Amino acid sequence: MTDVLHAVNVTKRFGGLLAVHDVEFTIPEGAIVSLIGPNGAGKTTFFNIIAGIYDPTAGEIRFRGKRMIARSRRAWLEPLLWVVPALAVALTTVLVGEAGASDIVIALGIFFTVIALMIVMVVGVARPPAYADFLTRFGVFRSARPNDMVVAGLGRTFQNIRLFANMSALDNVLVGMHSRLKATWLDALLSTPRDRREEAEARARAMQLLDLAGLRKRAHETAKNLPYGDQRRLEIARALASNPVLLLLDEPTAGMNPRETADLTKLIGRLRTELGLTILLIEHDMRVVMGISDRVTVLDHGERIAEGTPDEVRRDPKVIEAYLGTPAA
Amino acid sequence: MSAALGRLRMDGGWRDRLVRASEAHRSITILVVMSLVSSLLVVFPNFNVLQGPSGWYDAFANAGVFVLLAMGLNVVVGLAGLLDLGYAAFFAIGSYAYAYSNSPFSGLDLPFIPMLVIGAGIAALFGIALGAPTLRLRGDYLAIMTLGFGEIVPIVFLNLDKWTEGTNGIGGLYRPEALPILGEFTPISPFPYMIVSLIVVTLAMILLYRLHDSRIGRAWMAIREDELAAAANGINTVVTKLLAFALGATTSGFAGVFNASKLTIVSPDQFLFTVSFTVLAMVIIGGMGNIWGVAAGAFIVYMIQAVFLKQINTVVENLGLPAFDLGPIHVDLLQINFLNYQFLLYGFALVLMMLYRPEGLFPSRERRAELHADEEAGEGAEVVGAMGGVPGENVE
Repeated sequence: MTDVLHAVNVTKRFGGLLAVHDVEFTIPEGAIVSLIGPNGAGKTTFFNIIAGIYDPTAGEIRFRGKRMIARSRRAWLEPLLWVVPALAVALTTVLVGEAGASDIVIALGIFFTVIALMIVMVVGVARPPAYADFLTRFGVFRSARPNDMVVAGLGRTFQNIRLFANMSALDNVLVGMHSRLKATWLDALLSTPRDRREEAEARARAMQLLDLAGLRKRAHETAKNLPYGDQRRLEIARALASNPVLLLLDEPTAGMNPRETADLTKLIGRLRTELGLTILLIEHDMRVVMGISDRVTVLDHGERIAEGTPDEVRRDPKVIEAYLGTPAA
Repeated sequence: MSAALGRLRMDGGWRDRLVRASEAHRSITILVVMSLVSSLLVVFPNFNVLQGPSGWYDAFANAGVFVLLAMGLNVVVGLAGLLDLGYAAFFAIGSYAYAYSNSPFSGLDLPFIPMLVIGAGIAALFGIALGAPTLRLRGDYLAIMTLGFGEIVPIVFLNLDKWTEGTNGIGGLYRPEALPILGEFTPISPFPYMIVSLIVVTLAMILLYRLHDSRIGRAWMAIREDELAAAANGINTVVTKLLAFALGATTSGFAGVFNASKLTIVSPDQFLFTVSFTVLAMVIIGGMGNIWGVAAGAFIVYMIQAVFLKQINTVVENLGLPAFDLGPIHVDLLQINFLNYQFLLYGFALVLMMLYRPEGLFPSRERRAELHADEEAGEGAEVVGAMGGVPGENVE
């Protein structure tokens, strides 16, 4: 089995606080891997690094064989590259002007200088993948942003539910599909057949996902009016909408009653068997963790203190110590 | 309660079916409604209420400009949730674009309809130029940036007097060439202007609704709701916000070209902060986020401001009430120019609005749900409401 995600010696420092320290971590394809640890162990920070929200202080994240997240390198070079096309146009204008061109040619030169600067600025701000590849040729590296990670195949949920509270359940899932839809703003303006077909397909698929999450009947309800358990499952449906390879679930059963927890555990199992997903789980409920995980990694004070199958981890004295403290001598 | 709401939506009566049908066939609905509105606007002034028909047609044409402005700002503020306080800048850029293309000052006389598109395009370029470096800012910071831009643009037009004639502005702009059926554009009969304004508004409304219902519109709303969650769901927030900004500017540019061709003069004092503010007030009063609501709100506010307040003066003059004393206060209604009180009225309207109907006159469904959470929400409401500021998660 190949690794979907490989975190190499990831460190994250917030001022004087070492939130994550030198963590080595792999997620094999098709596995359910859990990350556990006491409160404040750095689990969510690590999670946010993987999702592209924080840049690590050191180390890197390789996702599907490609280095996606690390400290930026030679970032100062980028703004310099932006100016090059505009400078080229401006210099040409000056040279042509020296040679005695008419006023209109010079005016056009100034106009195109400004346009060149704007185009480069917009491309630089938008950062399409081709642009990122272009930058690597100059040795410039910048971490993937959260949306780049989604495009690369990562889906996530949040520890504290972050649905689009005032949109319907269906619209929430459709937003999750955003990165897989191709219609541009021009398609939308002209309402092209391609756009209408894509939209109809997206709606059908969103309904399927809601069905999977058991929310088909509630598709048109406003997200914030859903019961808590439904909101959790809607968040998972939304994350699935982008067809992820790896799904990150941040405490999916937090605040649920035992029955809801059991249902959700079943759903997570189905995601692997039916959709072939790889799953990284942060969880406090040990029954969930020990029940469905293939591998468990334990973090404490930002360091990895144990890694193994659920049984190995359960017996590890270091883990027991982290959770219960050292026995009084 | 939430279950009841759900049922209401699912199997409501004819009203619900009508809403669903109109949502499924937006463009046709807009065309039907707008042609009804248009025929009303054409017929009504002939009854000579308050003023003659040409006065009304003129007011409707001007109202069309503000409806366009409000619909454009609605994309930026209402849909994408970016507070833009310098919206008049793009209006100014569209107006000056027309002034340069159709005036004795530049010596050019380009056709009107293509200039509508070109002027809007130029405004869009400026929208991108302003948006690209600033859209990483959020909330208050973005508002201050746009406020600055809104101040800079008129000042630039004021001080570059070699190119813009400074305070005097560029005058004597050529009116649009006569159109078939509608006839000549003249100051005496503003009817063709009103028709063009109605057509442009209808077109803009159809296009904006199409965007609103597309993946782009959903992305805007997602960013408004929760920017980090939007990014974590694969939305390139910078590009999406830039698009909202550019489209807002485009609509504003349209309005600018039309307005300049109607006034036949552009000068920096037409584009002060009051314009940005008025349009923002229209968006809020109409119901942020709801396209037709904002259009209706802008129309109503403009009519109150430009027609009814003016008419109060006439009405009071005609009544000829004698002056009287209320204790130490001398009251003479004839001495009061009610037009001077329009901003007082705005202020009152806004305060009352925020107290009793914060979602606006015609709110979108999302907006109403957001501002009346305590009354409508079910069990889940507190949970989502309470998760606002989570340390660690908000950092980007």
